[in-house]
Amino acid sequence: MDDTVRQHIEKTLSDNDVVLYMKGSRSIPRCGFSAQVVEILERHQTKYLDVDVLSEPELRTSIKEFSGWPTFPQLYVKGRLVGGCDVVSELDRTGELSTLLGT
Amino acid sequence: MMSADEIRRRIETALGDAKVEVVDLTGTEDHYQATVTSARFRGLPLLDQHRLVYQALGDALGEGPIHALTLRTVTAEGQG
Repeated sequence: MDDTVRQHIEKTLSDNDVVLYMKGSRSIPRCGFSAQVVEILERHQTKYLDVDVLSEPELRTSIKEFSGWPTFPQLYVKGRLVGGCDVVSELDRTGELSTLLGT
Repeated sequence: MMSADEIRRRIETALGDAKVEVVDLTGTEDHYQATVTSARFRGLPLLDQHRLVYQALGDALGEGPIHALTLRTVTAEGQG
């Protein structure tokens, strides 16, 4: 991965406590799994940045390499990957997501 | 497309003890739901449990023949 791209990702993650790399945007999700994580974050009333990887093909490839996680959405909290839709949904169910988000 | 059998085989090969149930959600061999039970998951955060299964599937996931996989991991009881 290009150093510039890596730095861009790292800056995004350090500037924003909660980042969702997703297909589409929070207002127009383009995948059911992304929509599900948006719904969860909205319910937690947490402040987050949504990044549409479909509109940035290079970023899409780089994020996968960065995290070693093959699919989207990918939720990051304080710079760390929390998981995709299944993990986030499960952590929401157990209450651990509230702890992570501080909500 | 990838058959449910192939998905099961790959996960079983990678995890050794895994019990794998795969459901083809759409009948089109590209949208799946899988439940994987393994003692290998013990002590691992959920994120890492899912990573293990994703690694077993390698390039098949994401841009590959499997478009979507809803995954549930279960830690097996007993010796592991």
